[in-house]
Amino acid sequence: MLEIKGVNSFYGKAHVLNDLSFDVERGQVVALLGRNGAGKTTTMKSVMQLVVPQTGSVTYQGTDITRMAPHKVAKLGLGYVPEERRIFTDLTVMENLEVGRQPAREETVTWSEDMLFDMFPNLAERRTNRGKELSGGEQQMLTIARTLMGNPSLILLDEPSEGIAPVIVEEMARVILRLKKDGLTVLLSEQNLHFAQAVADRVVIIESGTAKYKGTLGELNAHPEVRDTYLSV
Amino acid sequence: MGLFIAQILTGLANASALFMVASGLSLIFGVTRIVNFAHGSFYMLGAYVGYSFMQVLPGGFGFWASILLAGLVVGIIGIIVEMLVLRPVYKAPELFQLVATFGVILVIQDLTLLVWGADDFLGPRAPGLKGIIRIMGEPVPKYDLALIALTPFVAFALWWLITKTRTGILVRAATQDREMVGALGVNQAWLFTGVFFLGCALAGLGGAVQLPKGGADLLMDFNILSAIFVVVVIGGMGSLPGAYVAAVLISVLNVFGVNYLPQSTLALMFVVMVVVLIFRPFGLFGREEVAGEHGQVGEPERPIKPAGQTARMIVVVGLVLLGLLPLVGDSFILVLITDIAIFCLFAASLHFLLGLGGLVSFGHAAYFGGGAYAAALLVTYAGTPMELALILAPLAAGLTAIIFGWVCLRLTGVYFAMLTLAFAQLLWSLVFQWGDFTGGDDGLVDIWPSEWASGTTTFYYLALVLCIGGIILLRHTAHSPFGYALRGARDSARQAEATGINTKHVQWVAFGFAGAMAGIAGGLFVFSKGSIFPNELEIARSFDALIVVFLGGVKTLAGGVVGGAALEGAKDYITRFEYWRLLLGLLIIFVVILAPDGIAGTLRKWAERIGFIKREDQA
Ligand SMILES: Nc1ncnc2c1ncn2[C@@H]1O[C@H](COP(=O)(O)OP(=O)(O)OP(=O)(O)O)[C@@H](O)[C@H]1O
Ligand SMILES: [Mg+2]
Repeated sequence: MLEIKGVNSFYGKAHVLNDLSFDVERGQVVALLGRNGAGKTTTMKSVMQLVVPQTGSVTYQGTDITRMAPHKVAKLGLGYVPEERRIFTDLTVMENLEVGRQPAREETVTWSEDMLFDMFPNLAERRTNRGKELSGGEQQMLTIARTLMGNPSLILLDEPSEGIAPVIVEEMARVILRLKKDGLTVLLSEQNLHFAQAVADRVVIIESGTAKYKGTLGELNAHPEVRDTYLSV
Repeated sequence: MGLFIAQILTGLANASALFMVASGLSLIFGVTRIVNFAHGSFYMLGAYVGYSFMQVLPGGFGFWASILLAGLVVGIIGIIVEMLVLRPVYKAPELFQLVATFGVILVIQDLTLLVWGADDFLGPRAPGLKGIIRIMGEPVPKYDLALIALTPFVAFALWWLITKTRTGILVRAATQDREMVGALGVNQAWLFTGVFFLGCALAGLGGAVQLPKGGADLLMDFNILSAIFVVVVIGGMGSLPGAYVAAVLISVLNVFGVNYLPQSTLALMFVVMVVVLIFRPFGLFGREEVAGEHGQVGEPERPIKPAGQTARMIVVVGLVLLGLLPLVGDSFILVLITDIAIFCLFAASLHFLLGLGGLVSFGHAAYFGGGAYAAALLVTYAGTPMELALILAPLAAGLTAIIFGWVCLRLTGVYFAMLTLAFAQLLWSLVFQWGDFTGGDDGLVDIWPSEWASGTTTFYYLALVLCIGGIILLRHTAHSPFGYALRGARDSARQAEATGINTKHVQWVAFGFAGAMAGIAGGLFVFSKGSIFPNELEIARSFDALIVVFLGGVKTLAGGVVGGAALEGAKDYITRFEYWRLLLGLLIIFVVILAPDGIAGTLRKWAERIGFIKREDQA
């Protein structure tokens, strides 16, 4: 579904992604694991073309999306949930959802506000509140809901469990599994191995912008030394 | 009481056009982060286009239809400008965008002249609203009442558009985080264009709607500019209610000013602005702007190094040639070179602020003209000799810069640019309105150098020594610890603060110093011309310097000097054409888009490419 091939991305002169390659299969939840500064966020941005790879290619459902404008990438069905959440703090919950609205797409679920409020009951109570009045957990839910309004078939979740209360982390895991059941493909980045273990089918471990390990979750659990080398557990 | 109410009503009516124009500027800035300096030009176009429609469309219906059509046409012109000029520079540093919009001002000025001619048009009266109504015995024009009634509808329509429609939601979202809006699948390019259309259409409406009160003339663009800036600064950039409240405040104040303080109507609005800024730095309804969203420069800054061997040689040879010039050149050439030298010092002082300090001052003429007027006033009223006047001129200019700088430096980025421009306009309006003291429009004349320096050749040497001395001093300061502190403050205020530099203080001193240097240039200018007129304080003069620095290249120290020589030399030639503004405007736009490093910067790059100069990172 998504193929990242030999991608090299830079911030000015800083070489951050180094010949990064991995695939994401349709219907899977893939966890991108790595320490602070390993390049997880940059990978997400390079997929969305918010950071344009200097060399290499990103292919989505057979279409080469390298150097495409981010809004076109989104229109193809890629949904991006950024690490810093970036909700529109002056807009109400309803208005935030409106920004994410895109026409229905054949291959995926078509989300409505009501379906999203079913999934995130907390948000339902706060639909007329402004973004800045929400708690951290509510903001995290709102970013996901906002992206789902675009009816994506692949969703990029950058550290969904970061900085939120443990109860909400559990809810987040349930949401991801529910999305998977609905047929969405998920690429998420994590430092929290436990969270990844709860939701992921496959893992890709990156360090210094290079994929150091790719495999199923079971395989990773069978090789604790890999875990210890690349992740801070 | 009746008079009081009548004055309030006049103020409210005047606020109408001001609100429309200012809210357009605010909207455009909110989404695109570009301060459209050409906004006054769209206002002017609205007046002219509206006037033309009114000539052909008859009756009351024709009148109001003309106003709407003017908004539409100006909006469409706005789209063209956005697509051709602004799209290529959205990612460029702020300064480039500002300069590009200035190029647009010049182009629109000349195109308007070309299409409508140089004569002012008296605005047609609105059919059915020609007379007056007496309110408590005082006459109030019916059209004023119509405007007062109309404005809330325009404001309401805008409010509805912004808060209730999907487009409005997208606009507000983009105001906060454009990239995220794009990542959610919204084509920002069209959103930008749409907002630009709306903003320009509002400016056009404002221009057309004030026709019966003010008519149409070619000075409208600059005349409204500082008022709009004051309004958005007072109201808060990006806030519609702010724009309305501030427009009313300024307009009402103006009306009272005309009646009670006729000498200082223009100064009044600046006083209000300063008071508001002291208590609310981001305006009545504004919020802090996160500056530098798209970074300072496109390319990493090169360390500016002391001149190398080759550069020194070139400079020495150049100086020797200049020194020998009187032996061969006639007095025409000497006068021209004197002008160029003076202008180069002026430009170099701005370059110091801009290139080194990152302080984009749009009102540098205040210190050039300020120095010039200081010298002229001293000579006229105190019979001060030239030598003393030339010493006091930079002091006066520097002092002015320190006072203005104190206010302007409370803000950063585009706010700073708008404030500097507004203050320069303040000084201009003081000089212009206080005719008894400054000679007003007639200027001050008969200000000649002392006996010993009155010969063309002697004055040439005097100007050369002072100007080159000033430029060397600026360069020297750039390489002193103070220069490094200034650069530190520009590149990373936080880092500089951490190393114990008081960045605001450093910038303030730099502002005063650059002002003083411009003051020397101004003082020399008066004595070389023998007279001074308010146009030396005009926006156009500030822009001259800005363009020069820009054309020369912001990042090269030689930028100010090379650009100054090029422009002042070219101007002598180019101003012989009737439509030189058009040419200059197009040139600026092309340079912004095609050679963003300026003349000196681009030459340098070429030189590096062919191996004439070594690149820094290889050296
Ligand atoms: N805008 C930027 N400019 C320059 N360097 C950057 C920028 N953003 C990130 N970097 C650098 O790129 C590297 C990778 O950053 P990235 O954000 O992709 O890592 P990450 O794996 O997402 O880290 P984290 O777990 O902290 O989110 C880091 O060394 C970081 O310092
Ligand atoms: Mg990250």
